[in-house]
Amino acid sequence: MADPFREPPDASDDYTRRGFLTWISVGAGSVAGLLVAIPSVAFLLGLRNIPQVWANVGRADDFTVGETRQVAFADPSPLPWAGVTAQTAAWLRRVDQDRFIAFSINCTHLGCPVRWLPNAQLFMCPCHGGVFYADGRVASGPPPQPLATYPVRIRDGHVEILTSPLPISGR
Amino acid sequence: MLTHTVPRARKSRWFYVFGSATLFVFMLQVVTGIALSSAYVTGSGQAYDSLRFITANPLGRVIRGIHDFGASAMIVLIGIHTVRVYLMASYKYPRQMNWLTGAGLLLLTVLMAFTGQLLRWDQTGFWTAVVAAEQAGKAPGIGTWLARFVLAGSVPGGATLSRFFSAHVFFIPALMFAFIGAHLYLVLYNGISEPPVSGQPVDPRTYRARYHRLLERDGIPFWPDAAWRDVVVGLAIVVAIVVLAIAIGPPELGKPPDPTLVAASPRPDWYFLWYFALLSLIPKWSERWVILIGPLVFGLFLILLPIVAPRGERHPFRRPWSIIVVVAIVGTIAYYSRIGHMAPWSPRMDAPPLPAAVVGPTTGPVADGARVFYDKGCEFCHTVSGYGGIRGPDLTDAGDRLTRDQMLTRILSGAENMPSYTGNLTPRQTEVLLLFLQSRRRFPPPPSSAAH
Repeated sequence: MADPFREPPDASDDYTRRGFLTWISVGAGSVAGLLVAIPSVAFLLGLRNIPQVWANVGRADDFTVGETRQVAFADPSPLPWAGVTAQTAAWLRRVDQDRFIAFSINCTHLGCPVRWLPNAQLFMCPCHGGVFYADGRVASGPPPQPLATYPVRIRDGHVEILTSPLPISGR
Repeated sequence: MLTHTVPRARKSRWFYVFGSATLFVFMLQVVTGIALSSAYVTGSGQAYDSLRFITANPLGRVIRGIHDFGASAMIVLIGIHTVRVYLMASYKYPRQMNWLTGAGLLLLTVLMAFTGQLLRWDQTGFWTAVVAAEQAGKAPGIGTWLARFVLAGSVPGGATLSRFFSAHVFFIPALMFAFIGAHLYLVLYNGISEPPVSGQPVDPRTYRARYHRLLERDGIPFWPDAAWRDVVVGLAIVVAIVVLAIAIGPPELGKPPDPTLVAASPRPDWYFLWYFALLSLIPKWSERWVILIGPLVFGLFLILLPIVAPRGERHPFRRPWSIIVVVAIVGTIAYYSRIGHMAPWSPRMDAPPLPAAVVGPTTGPVADGARVFYDKGCEFCHTVSGYGGIRGPDLTDAGDRLTRDQMLTRILSGAENMPSYTGNLTPRQTEVLLLFLQSRRRFPPPPSSAAH
């Protein structure tokens, strides 16, 4: 039986032919691989961007000056299977007659949902005990930054919040 | 192949069962995972309901339980296996690649545990995805992009769960199969390491010849002379997992993954509690570096170990620092797991108001002060007579320890982990709160200060 690993007898003559076949094989394999990999990876990296639209969260008159209340708005173009996860909650504070602040509920430490304690006038995070003042400044604990806010406006007597990406407070 | 010769291993023969035990549990996870995936709905809006459906079925409940206890067993067994290999220095020549493929499997197992707890997709599952994204967001430069890659978009939602499902069910297991194949091939190719003998250092020039002489002199066929122990231990572990799954069942599903239910207190499963605790207790400035560099340092340690130390003594008594490393790592994880279980840094936001028996008077300034103590959130972080949180100091005997002025200063100025209450309390609220705190005493006050 011939030894498959033996050098061919006239290796020098065959060298260019074998080199060519090697090149063809590696090249064909790479092209086939890239044909599959490029669209697959590109699809994986195609991240969904939430459209930025003004979402109505209620009549301005329903919010009392000095009060902070939980509001919710929906992803303006939710995936049909998103269910409840298409919702986003925010803490809306009416500062005075004309001014509203919409705080993200995500603690700037690691993103857990902060809770508003109306009597204490503080936001408190259940995960690591980060605390924020009513105006979003850090009061104590690990959060590195004040609570993120959403752009907010009043149109035709209604409060509108601009749907925005999840605040990432890494830096 | 089955009957290849392996070292007899005499006294330490039972130490060699943990790798195969991990493999047994991995197969258990594959089988129960396939069963679960046949009914699980990979949709952010339906996954939770499909899990309720699975759990309502008596067999579905047991399968979920097996998969959950199996996950815990994987973590424990691969941990013991790693420690065994490290202590016996089986990573040395010629088995460096055995170690490196094993290190890859350790990392992949941890990733499976993380993605698996997320697929439960209850409230904690949802917030785990958010917390994962926020942690990824701490990477310099690419943080925001990485965070969005984790969420599959700019917000958590419909696309998020599918991404983790794909990772947990296809991507990571495919890598694990490849790594397990390589790991087993290398175990056969290099042979199972013999128990270390003090004073017999590994020398790459003579090792293989010596190993083969050992096998010829004192080897036994793997099947069944050595393998029976693997099978018996594997059976015992499988039986234990199934019994636990039937007796205790799967982890309770929390509330649905609704982001508008803000009264959520996400907690990781037990295998990540120590990390949760570590992140809570390290100094604030170091946090970003620990999140980024901690895993890198551990990964580098695993990769460099067999490259830096491929030769020399194998016996743990000749490598005392290896024992120190194991004790330090296992001790740290155990210690922080315990603390993570208590989570002293988490405010107890469900603490009930102090009962009358603790407060004392039911009307008057002290009773009013107790109400302020609760309303202003003090009790969420401070214990009084066993009620309340443990983030801040216990105030059961605050009246014995602090003067009125010291209390007032602390309340108004706050501290690193306490908000300032300047402008938050009316003069009357401040007054009754101080009276309440001064009434917190273990010892009756001396007559002079009682007149205050």
